Amino acid sequence: MVEFFTSDFVLGRLNYWFFIFLMMTGLYIVIARSNLVKKIVGLNIFQTSVFMLYISIGKVSGGTAPIFPIDMNIDPNVVYSNPLPHVLILTAIVVGIATTSLGLALMVRIRESYHTIEEHEIAEQEQEIMRKELGLAKEGEV
Amino acid sequence: MLIITALSVVVTRSLFAIVTLSGVFSLLSALLFIRMDAVDVAFTEAAVGAGISTVLMLGTLALTSRSERGDKKTQVAPLFLVILTGALLIYGTVDMPHFGAPDTPAQTHVGPDYLERIPKEIDVPNAVTAILASYRGYDTLGETAVVFTAGIGVLMLMSGLARRRREDEDDKEGPS
Repeated sequence: MVEFFTSDFVLGRLNYWFFIFLMMTGLYIVIARSNLVKKIVGLNIFQTSVFMLYISIGKVSGGTAPIFPIDMNIDPNVVYSNPLPHVLILTAIVVGIATTSLGLALMVRIRESYHTIEEHEIAEQEQEIMRKELGLAKEGEV
Repeated sequence: MLIITALSVVVTRSLFAIVTLSGVFSLLSALLFIRMDAVDVAFTEAAVGAGISTVLMLGTLALTSRSERGDKKTQVAPLFLVILTGALLIYGTVDMPHFGAPDTPAQTHVGPDYLERIPKEIDVPNAVTAILASYRGYDTLGETAVVFTAGIGVLMLMSGLARRRREDEDDKEGPS
């Protein structure tokens, strides 16, 4: 248990904790806030923190960006950071903007139908519609 | 800085300010990516995160509303859930390798293998480009498919928006 509380242990994992805190902030916005634009921004924050987590896994201390000299004479003493997480995150950023834009388009459509982008107001309207339908069904039976 | 920006998104009410803050968040994270040697990712994040997504969100605001209504009070249940999830994740990091350590599984497996093979097989100076376009070409193809599908979805949702608006206005004017 003692090794868990050394300063080296804490410093080496501080980056993960920092990103987890950001992630949880994003998650809180998504869950607790009812405005749809705010939810999408929260989702973006969440997403970017996951990217940062991945990139931080690929970092080698003392390393440099994984770009070789133009004449391809590679000095064996130079340490390069791991390029694989960078590639994966590049793909993820582009997929992220695709989902964001789809979400925003859905929001425009929701606003058109419900005239609001607040989640609780949409839920109220839905309940209203449901009550009307149920009422009509009962009258029909009688 | 990132934490301050993220927390101000939680408390701000004006949607315009929130969208601007999200752009600021993206730019700051791009700086962080450069610090962690991921220049290509920083590039993309600055262009896509701070540029395109901010423009898209501003466009959406123009079509919808400007400010947030509704309850501002901190809800207990989501806060509890979030703290629980965060605690579990932090518990998970106890087993994670030290930041920047060169002997972790991530650094000793395929990564160095790529770095060794790229000068011989591909001969492109930028390792990220070489992997993206060659070794992981199928991923990039899949990504293109995702973007294409999203584009079709957006087009289907937005098509006829102006026409429907006009019809709405005609309906309103009609009976009077």
